[in-house]
Amino acid sequence: MAPAILVAAIVIVLPLFFPSAYYYRIGALVFIFALAVVGLNLLMGFAGQVSLGHAGFLGIGAYSVAIGPVHFGAPSWLCLLAGAILSGAVAFAVGRPILRLKGHYLAVATLGFGLLVAIVLTNEANWTGGPDGMSVPALTLFGWRVRGSDVWYWIAGATFVGGFLLALNLMESPTGRALQAIHDSEIAARVLGIDVARKKLTVFVISAMYASVAGSYLALFNGLATPDEAGFLRSIELVAMVVLGGMGSIFGSLVGAAVLVVLPQVLTVFHEYEQVLLGLIVMVFMIFLRRGIVPSVSVALAGWRK
Amino acid sequence: MAELLQFVFSGLTVGAIYALVALGFTLIYNASDIINFAQGEFVMLGGMTTVFMALVGVPLPVAALIAIIVTTGVGLALHRFAIEPARGATPVALIMITIGASVFLRGLAQIVFDKRFHSLPSLFGADPIQFGGAAILPQSLVVLAGATVIVVLLWLFVERTLLGKAVIATAANRLAARLVGVDTRRIVDFSFAVSAAVGAIAGILITPITLTSYDAGTLLALKGFAAAMLGGIGNPLGAVVGGLLIGMIEALSAGYLSSSYKDAAAFLIILVVLVAMPQGLFGRVKVERV
Repeated sequence: MAPAILVAAIVIVLPLFFPSAYYYRIGALVFIFALAVVGLNLLMGFAGQVSLGHAGFLGIGAYSVAIGPVHFGAPSWLCLLAGAILSGAVAFAVGRPILRLKGHYLAVATLGFGLLVAIVLTNEANWTGGPDGMSVPALTLFGWRVRGSDVWYWIAGATFVGGFLLALNLMESPTGRALQAIHDSEIAARVLGIDVARKKLTVFVISAMYASVAGSYLALFNGLATPDEAGFLRSIELVAMVVLGGMGSIFGSLVGAAVLVVLPQVLTVFHEYEQVLLGLIVMVFMIFLRRGIVPSVSVALAGWRK
Repeated sequence: MAELLQFVFSGLTVGAIYALVALGFTLIYNASDIINFAQGEFVMLGGMTTVFMALVGVPLPVAALIAIIVTTGVGLALHRFAIEPARGATPVALIMITIGASVFLRGLAQIVFDKRFHSLPSLFGADPIQFGGAAILPQSLVVLAGATVIVVLLWLFVERTLLGKAVIATAANRLAARLVGVDTRRIVDFSFAVSAAVGAIAGILITPITLTSYDAGTLLALKGFAAAMLGGIGNPLGAVVGGLLIGMIEALSAGYLSSSYKDAAAFLIILVVLVAMPQGLFGRVKVERV
């Protein structure tokens, strides 16, 4: 419970230091991405399965709240839920065959899946608006139109705390223990009587639903859904957030998302040197904090206390 | 029939480039277990450096040679300054480093060169050759010949030279290789250098056909990685076959189905193959020892 209270405190206290609405916007983006990263971290850090196509689910979530209201006149919140269920179903259907693959083979299969989603979103212009994307109607809850960076900050923050708590509980559950066993040794886990394929599929479905909700939020917040949300670079960004923050550290997901959302904003002052610095910083972080920021720092702190 | 021949030729041309990129992945993977996502940037650097050397008046063959040397240097630097210091990190952390390197190199290319598309003159002019009703670009033949020469040279090197044997030994078992006196660190150095050089040559060969720009590397890295996995990672023959197959599937589906879904067709087939053959086409089943 303590970590969840800490995270909730961060969400509440942070705005006291915000000088302008722009900071609410960045904060909202951090929590939205952190939600997707928590889901991916369950898959990568706990179950030890790589996904290079997770943005595909982000895309499904984003376009659910775009296509549903625009083409079918359905309310946005219902489309968000439908999108999450659809993502879960797709993850179930795709995960069954491809989760048997190991290591880099799984990486290339998930990569292929993500690209397929992005290609369909780009090409079915009648439904999706094509490469430029489509505008997304604002979320309406109980007759109240949700807009403004500060409102979205609180919605994203609250949802993140919920997702964080859920992930922590999941990891303490028998399924979570089983996943960690699979991560350490698949064969040993199987010998213990764990249904490895089933557990992997469960966490893949859950992580897809996290990504889908984050994708819906992103589209509703930006008022826009583009195929880039499902693209390869987006997938890589999510993986980078997981690895940078620390694989297997749920709190690290927030740190990783914060670093990679805030950093590009800061680096824009360097204009054309932005990409060079971003690449350099990622390399330096991974060389010196190779287990990720949160695990590396906590090990260092523990050593310092002694 | 002429149509089919046309598609097959363009598929083979692009496929040859994918095969070279996949070979680059394979070389580095065999020596070090690292998947190097900066592989596509080597191709971009080869093309872009040649273009800009030629722009300042350097004769084309010299420009190409300089481009290969520069890219090889970049490959070596990548290993020395980014991969070596992170020795012992998890595979995912190492992959993140190569992705960081790829972002870094793309950003650098944007500053040193520019953001526009560039081309190079073809070696034997741009007039297509008529062959069985199909029009074939002379540069396509150059690409195919160049790729064949590289593959044969690499094969001869590995089979016939002592250094080549050391590369095989390192790939088979790093510890055992070190015990018999192979300096495995230098072998990894060497594999990064050769991968970079092969990538640069691929970039120079294909630029007259597909053009190049600072961000051309990402897609090539994806296709090359997919090709290496399709063939079975670590298997050079698999890399070549995988690359040619992906090129063919793309060209045929672009020709007969729809050009906007050509990448989708390629990745759909990769998914199907991997589900049926989880170790790729030529990969061996790994027995996990407990």
